[in-house]
Amino acid sequence: MNPAARRWIFLVAAAAMLAFYVWGLAGLPAFGHYRGPYGYLVDHITIHQTHATGVVSAVNFFYRGFDTVGEEFILFIAAVGVATVLRALRDESENGGRGADESGSGRGAAPTSETVRTVALVYTGPVLVMGWFLTTHAQTDPSGGFQGGVVMATAIVLVYLGGEFLVFRRLSPVDVTETVESLGAGGFVMVGVGALATGASYLADVLPLGSPAGAVDASGTIALISFFVGVEVVAAFVLVVNELLEQTLVIRSRS
Amino acid sequence: MILAIHAVVRPPAPLWSMTLLEVVLLTLVGAGAAVVVSARHPVRQIVLLGMYGTVLTLLFFSLQAPDVALSELCVGAVVLPLLLVVGLAKVKGKQQ
Repeated sequence: MNPAARRWIFLVAAAAMLAFYVWGLAGLPAFGHYRGPYGYLVDHITIHQTHATGVVSAVNFFYRGFDTVGEEFILFIAAVGVATVLRALRDESENGGRGADESGSGRGAAPTSETVRTVALVYTGPVLVMGWFLTTHAQTDPSGGFQGGVVMATAIVLVYLGGEFLVFRRLSPVDVTETVESLGAGGFVMVGVGALATGASYLADVLPLGSPAGAVDASGTIALISFFVGVEVVAAFVLVVNELLEQTLVIRSRS
Repeated sequence: MILAIHAVVRPPAPLWSMTLLEVVLLTLVGAGAAVVVSARHPVRQIVLLGMYGTVLTLLFFSLQAPDVALSELCVGAVVLPLLLVVGLAKVKGKQQ
């Protein structure tokens, strides 16, 4: 096919694509308009039905809890996959005789500056508390286990920034993080299975709802699931970062 | 139950119209995406990607989705650039 014919085919296809795209955009609701019934419905019934004032969390962990189980396992499998692939690669390079003191850039990594160390040290505690708050307050505030877990994992990465790799690895040994990750993912599933055991449907909110609505200990299984998700997410992220750092061997020297 | 749904559902009405802040942030997000794609140097691209994540966070926050903003801030502005930087260090180490 000569270039001219190819260009014509492309132009025709692009024009058709553009036409469909504009047609699709024209059919969208205007900015700020909402047509579905479910948003209003959920706003109306959530607090009464679940005693959770964090309506988004109630949707995530109760009304469509089964979807969230799937999403949780996407992260779980991704983290396990990264760990498995990188570990095989590491054995390979170790057999190749590369020393453990070799840094990723091929020369010694620069020692961390005092400023970075101080800032990391100052932030570690508050970030950890913030992550814990987010994980345990999904039922009352716009937060949840996913966000809280990532924030807590950031606190552990700050330890790496402010300290050194050995401390980071001592804080997060791979077999421990893998076990914690499995406990988080498994805990979520078991909350659902526990509901089955009482004769209710999978992931039904079978725990006492508590009162008043909006209290931290209210909302039954929603708070529990958020906690398990937080545990799973913090372990998954620490595991991935740990494996990647071990791969690159950016071991910082104390100086 | 169907009766209950009809009682709750309101006719479609604008929840809010676009404010100046949202116009500015949407423009910044569009421009930021183009800047990230057009950056050629990987390290510069990663830094730009982190800044793009921050702008996207502000947009989500201004659209009254604080939980989505929180996710975007954690993942888009912190974790993704971190993983990319570490991955880049690994690739550079391999090349030598």
